[in-house]
Amino acid sequence: MIDFASLIEQTDKTTKTNQKVKALDDFFKHASDKDKVWAIALFSSRRPKRAIKTSSLRGFAAELANIPLWLFEESYHIVGDLAETIALIVPETHHKNLSLKLTLSDIIEEIIDLKNLSEQDQKKYLFDRWSSLNYYSRFVFNKLITGGFRIGVSQRLMTKSLANVTGIDKDIIAYQIMGDWKPSEISFKDLILSPKKESLIYKPYPFYLAHAIDVKLENLGDCSHWIYENKWDGIRAQLIKRSNEVMLWSRGGELISSQFPEIIEMGNMIENGTVIDGEILPFNNGNIGSFNDLQKRLGRKNVTKKTVNNNPTILKAYDLLEHNHSDIRIKSYANRREALNKLVLDVNHPNLDISDFHEIKNWEDVVTAHSLARSKNSEGLMIKNKNAVYKVGRKKGDWWKWKVDPLTIDAVLTYAMRGHGRRANLFTDYTFGLWRIKNDEKKELVTFAKAYSGLTDKEFKKVDAFIKKNTLERFGPVRSVQPQLVFEIAFEGIAPSSRHKSGFAVRFPRILRWRIDKSINEANSINDLENLLHV
Amino acid sequence: MRVSLLEFNINGIYCPQADTYIDAWRPVDRVIISHGHADHSKYGHKKYLTHHFNVPIVKHRLGKVNIEGKSWGERFTINGVHFSLHPAGHVIGSSQVKIEYKGEVWVYSGDYKRENDGISTPFELVKCHTFITECTFGIPAFSWKNQNEVMEEINQFWNECKLLNQTAIVFAYSLGKAQRLIANLNLDIGKIYTHAAVENLNEVIRTYKNLPETYKITRETKKEELLGNLVIAPPSTHGSSWLKKMVPYVTSSASGWMTFRGARRRRAIDRGFVLSDHVDWKDLVKTIRETEAENIVCTHGYKEIFSKYLNEIGYNAFIENTPFEENELLVEND
Repeated sequence: MIDFASLIEQTDKTTKTNQKVKALDDFFKHASDKDKVWAIALFSSRRPKRAIKTSSLRGFAAELANIPLWLFEESYHIVGDLAETIALIVPETHHKNLSLKLTLSDIIEEIIDLKNLSEQDQKKYLFDRWSSLNYYSRFVFNKLITGGFRIGVSQRLMTKSLANVTGIDKDIIAYQIMGDWKPSEISFKDLILSPKKESLIYKPYPFYLAHAIDVKLENLGDCSHWIYENKWDGIRAQLIKRSNEVMLWSRGGELISSQFPEIIEMGNMIENGTVIDGEILPFNNGNIGSFNDLQKRLGRKNVTKKTVNNNPTILKAYDLLEHNHSDIRIKSYANRREALNKLVLDVNHPNLDISDFHEIKNWEDVVTAHSLARSKNSEGLMIKNKNAVYKVGRKKGDWWKWKVDPLTIDAVLTYAMRGHGRRANLFTDYTFGLWRIKNDEKKELVTFAKAYSGLTDKEFKKVDAFIKKNTLERFGPVRSVQPQLVFEIAFEGIAPSSRHKSGFAVRFPRILRWRIDKSINEANSINDLENLLHV
Repeated sequence: MRVSLLEFNINGIYCPQADTYIDAWRPVDRVIISHGHADHSKYGHKKYLTHHFNVPIVKHRLGKVNIEGKSWGERFTINGVHFSLHPAGHVIGSSQVKIEYKGEVWVYSGDYKRENDGISTPFELVKCHTFITECTFGIPAFSWKNQNEVMEEINQFWNECKLLNQTAIVFAYSLGKAQRLIANLNLDIGKIYTHAAVENLNEVIRTYKNLPETYKITRETKKEELLGNLVIAPPSTHGSSWLKKMVPYVTSSASGWMTFRGARRRRAIDRGFVLSDHVDWKDLVKTIRETEAENIVCTHGYKEIFSKYLNEIGYNAFIENTPFEENELLVEND
């Protein structure tokens, strides 16, 4: 445990990638195989299930610190991270690091077992650990319990370090750690060093992600080497058929087969040894719907026939990664695409469609297509090099995304909440309202979106100072704010929604700029928002 | 009921009976200054009273002002109100102000800390009926290690930089934190270089207090001579062209806010050292208990939360607003 906590401390101490990787290397060189597997799991978002309610954690921490619960809660709002708050607040004891000899896997096993204990025993266990660990170990221990283990080490850095330490190529490591494996059941050898053949059938490939275009089209060279296609706003996924099993993996590394039975059914029609990269899209009466429709399918454990009928989906195929049992990612995109074309024609299924594919005669065609994208419900264009191999992760050069310009509207800041992580203790998470005329002709501000990005650190500080001085009411971490500041909010799309107060759901809202020049009476209304539906 | 020896008005903290202000934020006729930080010692007052050690600092900052120095505990009486200054331990020359009238005693803490930092006169406890306290770090998440431990961390950081032949940069406020570092870091490791803003204050302070030798960075300073040495600079130099000339360097900050992992990451600083010139939570609660005051006025910091807590544990706690806290996180003078 102490070596893992010290790894986190080391990576925390530096903003430099090299030093983070060096600390990871040191850890992976010396840790036991069991601890290595758990570390890989944690850095790739595979944490043990939360075994204890956070409300219990808060209560216990306040009790051990001998402070009222409300004071703990206030401190938590300010610190912005529960694991950190507990680590800071529980008192330091003099018999530090009694738990020194426990390994990372020991601690995780204890944490997993917590769920079988009575509340009284859980409390006793936590008091014991909290009092016997030093600050960083305590912080990491809390992170293991509360989950969301996002601390300074990305999956990419970890992959790089594992490649350094094992001598295995980093793209192969990236592939090995994909998919569904259980850290408590797999050995380091089976996961990384020499994976068993049968375990590989469940693994998706690492996704190739495009960079936002930051060069002029003309500078991409000969346009005949490129194609463009529409970029769709759905769920990027890989459909895998191997050994008569069909799986659907999301880009986030989740198995989503059960949420999309109609796509799995279609997958049964495909030959074994096939992996398709595509986008799951809502598809109703021959039209591609909005992401909002798709949301009705997500997060459901059991999708009924009725849900499928009401909100049908298709897989829009972009690429073919495995064909006739072989990994064809190193073939050119043109080659892969040809094979994909044939496959989609052969399968001939209503739930499988192929992405459009446009040769480019001159770059102006691409500009025109871009301007038409929104009317097609697409979120922009993808521009791809025909000769490109299918790479690992977000890489510049061969795949570019060119999104449509966002929709924008001027809204009033109405509520604010403190941020988390690096923005802890600053009010950086905002709620925005638009005007609605009430029956009595008076107007009110109706919440339409929340946004927490788009301002510079300097602007955030100014808005933060404004909020602290213009708070109307406090509700725990949230404050209602005197309506006075107007911001231009950008978003990708808009759809009617009965779940939102304003009647509309907007996609990816963010702050475009602070309209210092506008008063709240000049902000837009819900009617203006509605008009954007038809743009 | 509170007998109001002091009121908070638009100009500052006012004693009506003596017609005297403390740390006034707008120009007034007569002001008692708790310490030399810019938000407490403003320009434009007709008459300044402060501790002897703070006189040269105020003069350095504000130029020619009508200022009178007082000793620790020296009693001066204005219209029947007895005032005296007592060490606050915040920075060199920082005072608490004791106000006594007809047996009623109030103490204005200014900014303060309990630990002896080796350069400021250590905090002196003054018993009172009403205690006006800062609460910059008034939530239980703040708990300081003792100074030796933190200095050891910084020494170690300096050694690491030296080993890699890099320059170790520490961002620290020019009055207070800078001298605290200079007085306590291990000068066997190397030399301490300073930004002009820091060195100018060092020179002022050296006229009455011993301070180890430091080297001002000038146009002539070559970056090669900085390698392996330590540079103390105000936080505002972070990201400046002045700093960029010193590549290769590693940045760090010494501040109570470094308690939060997020605060360091937000500033894109490599290392954070938790070193504050304010009281942490436990010392805040301890001080209030030890003053034996019944009435506590909370200013400057997490005052709503802290006063609510004090009320719960049996004090009469109030909140008063000052402009000191406006920037909460912007001011780095902790």
